[in-house]
Amino acid sequence: MNWELLLHQVLAGLATGGIYACIALAVVMIYQAIDHLNFAQGEMAMFSTFIAWQLMNWGCPYWVAFVLTIAISFVGGLAIERIVFKPIHDAPVLSHIVVFIALFSIINSLAGWIWDYTIKEFPTPFGTRSLIGDGLISAHDGGMIGVTLVLLLLLYLFFRHTRIGLAMRAAAANPESARLAGIRVGWMVALGWGMAAAIGAVAGMLIAPVVFLEPNMMLGILLYGFAAAVVGGLTSPGGAVIGGFSVGVIENVAGTFIPYFGRELKLTIALVLIVAVLLVKPSGLFGRTVVSRV
Amino acid sequence: MEAAPAAIEATTAATPSVVRLPPAQAVIGGLTLARWRQLAIIAAVVVAVVLPFFVKNFLVFQLTLAIVYALAILGLNLLTGFNGQFSLGHSAFYAIGAYTAAIMMDKWDIDYYWTLPVAGVVCLVSGFLFGLPALRLEGIYLALATFALAIAAPQILKFSPLEHWTGGVQGIVVIKPDAPFGLPLTSDQWIYFFTLGVAAVLYICAVNLVNSRTGRAMKAIRDNAIAAGAMGVNVSLYKSLTFGVSALYTGIAGALGAVVAGFVAPDSFTFTLSIQLFVGLVVGGVGSIPGTLFGGLFALFAPNVAESVSKGLAGAVYGVILILVIYVMPSGAAGLVRLIVSKLARSER
Amino acid sequence: MTALLLEAKDLSAFYGATQALFGLDLAVEAGGITTLLGANGAGKTTALRALSGMVRVAGEIRFDGKPIAGRPVEQIVRLGIAHVPQGRGTFVRQTVEENLQIGAMTRRDHGEIAADIDRVYGYFPRLRERRRQQAGTLSGGEQQMLAVGRAMMLRPRLMLLDEPSFGLAPLIVQELFDILRTLNREENVSILLVEQNASLALDLADHAYLIETGRLVIKGPSRDIRDDETVRRSYLGY
Repeated sequence: MNWELLLHQVLAGLATGGIYACIALAVVMIYQAIDHLNFAQGEMAMFSTFIAWQLMNWGCPYWVAFVLTIAISFVGGLAIERIVFKPIHDAPVLSHIVVFIALFSIINSLAGWIWDYTIKEFPTPFGTRSLIGDGLISAHDGGMIGVTLVLLLLLYLFFRHTRIGLAMRAAAANPESARLAGIRVGWMVALGWGMAAAIGAVAGMLIAPVVFLEPNMMLGILLYGFAAAVVGGLTSPGGAVIGGFSVGVIENVAGTFIPYFGRELKLTIALVLIVAVLLVKPSGLFGRTVVSRV
Repeated sequence: MEAAPAAIEATTAATPSVVRLPPAQAVIGGLTLARWRQLAIIAAVVVAVVLPFFVKNFLVFQLTLAIVYALAILGLNLLTGFNGQFSLGHSAFYAIGAYTAAIMMDKWDIDYYWTLPVAGVVCLVSGFLFGLPALRLEGIYLALATFALAIAAPQILKFSPLEHWTGGVQGIVVIKPDAPFGLPLTSDQWIYFFTLGVAAVLYICAVNLVNSRTGRAMKAIRDNAIAAGAMGVNVSLYKSLTFGVSALYTGIAGALGAVVAGFVAPDSFTFTLSIQLFVGLVVGGVGSIPGTLFGGLFALFAPNVAESVSKGLAGAVYGVILILVIYVMPSGAAGLVRLIVSKLARSER
Repeated sequence: MTALLLEAKDLSAFYGATQALFGLDLAVEAGGITTLLGANGAGKTTALRALSGMVRVAGEIRFDGKPIAGRPVEQIVRLGIAHVPQGRGTFVRQTVEENLQIGAMTRRDHGEIAADIDRVYGYFPRLRERRRQQAGTLSGGEQQMLAVGRAMMLRPRLMLLDEPSFGLAPLIVQELFDILRTLNREENVSILLVEQNASLALDLADHAYLIETGRLVIKGPSRDIRDDETVRRSYLGY
């Protein structure tokens, strides 16, 4: 058993895991608000990152572009909810999912059309020095993990300790009762979308320096992000983050240590392992099993 | 019972939206609904049989593919629409059916019609086996598990140790059969009729299944699994069996598809196919068997239409089409038809 | 005549194209308790939902003289009407305390909310014991008390209750109804109570209405209805 190699892969896994954790956080965020998954989350994050890139191309300094992009994304997310999803509010769940798919398609196609498919570089505010090992975990990786943890803390505080956070949770948990308590459920959902879009923007801007900016950059990552969120338990932002790191590590370790399979079936193995976790704990590792009386 | 609204609310997420149809004896324009239904079926059959002689070969090929998709969507419908189990993994069963057919034809020189039952059985078993562990998963979690299946399929098909069987990345070429007995039909036309025949048989079986005791058990599980179990329905058995039957339908569709396309390759069976099937299911109408025909046509032609509008923004156009379709028919084409029929019947009274 | 807090004239209600209520005339006196009785499917729940703005209505509804028909739920709630729905409407994933906080969501006087939560616990000590428990784990009776407590957090002037006795043991129902009586007297909360348990409701209420398939059939002081044997036998089954 090559312990050094294992450690190496675990650390590398934590680095990529940071990416998944960040996106998983956005996924859980929106799940808390609207009670289903937003398949277009990754594309929205990608589009936000392109907006940031464009702003910088026009001369904006990094942090100005960063903040502006978050603001624009927040408004964009809110607008998408009010304009696209409000009219189909009463439609069955499966129809909603088709609209998510449509959104995915539109955003992906638009991005490619506006900014074309050539790979672009995206700057990192953390520099490229190496933190651990020989470039194993770079300053950027560390920064990404740090930002993710800060976001997590902010989200936790928001949901558990603010009135509006509670109102959002109530609106998602039981919209009818929430209305009877005077909560404007529609606006809570829109707010959730705005926040998820903003978090997605942050995720995209942190991920792009590593995987390079192009319209299809989020495809694989979103998949892992979903898997991470689900395995963590969709009701738990903390679980999502832990799930993200776990998925990163599993992907790397499985890829290296399982012979043959490793390289070609990396994605499959990661997913299979995740499904295995679900079979043992059907509500995810940290999900709260909802006890409901029949 | 006034307590019912709360219970219904809880299951709305799983149940397809139901538009109440007036009874079959309701009258529109002088004919009962039941009569209209019969007329519609006859008209559809006549058009289907006559069409290939009046259109170009390429359109015949496309229509055949639409029927194949409709059949695959019917499989998905049995699982999701009639049994409430969500699946994003049906592209895998389609692939299994397609490859089974291709391997049998290529490696063992077996005729294409024998591949269908074999593909069906292989998929029935694999669907059932997948359905067993899936019993523990609900909603989102089941979606993820089936999604994993859809992602795994092309990767496994490209897997080098299996190359001898699967043909690796290049896949397998399938020779398209000619019309038998020297019938004056082109190859495309023959394949069209063959597919049409197989689909017709399978559709009739599906209608019978859905209206039988088994069908009622399936639907009971969809509407309220706990209550169904309390009434003596073996929920686990039915759910796994439904998975199997659903896979069987989609697998046979895949086998037919292999013959229609003339080849099988891993990249034809990616997650995108699962999405196409799912979109077709919803657009046609979840829980509606005739709806799957519309779904199949949509799945085939909508992407083409989008591309013809704008090559660079094909995806965006497709997305906009989807959104418009959902706005106009939130419960699919079947839902829209039911709505119109209800309004017409009511106005006659 | 005592002032009417809530008055509905020629009220009809619709679920999509289906009409469920046909020209109802209903009133609740300020400070009083009124009950709406009827068999299954008579339209009692629909009547409450019509009053709180949850279904499409036609006709007139006045709350404290102001017209409220057609206004959105969120606005009606802010005027001081608390609706305790059928089935309790508990936020099952949230804790007992969070449920109460949700009830107070529209209030601006933050300082008073904590005091009000304490008052609710005063009425329902069992809830205080379970304050950090997930509300979905509470028994039916406790969830009903929680629902009433949540409604109280609004400091409502009118409380609409939909079959609060449903599925509860008689002892618990008695306890609950005693608390409702206290709320009415001490907190000056007017109550419109929908019930299938006619005898209990008639004991509690001052006025009663009887509804059958969406139409009003009988109305009057509850004492009279309770004492009228023919009415009781033909409509209330006892």
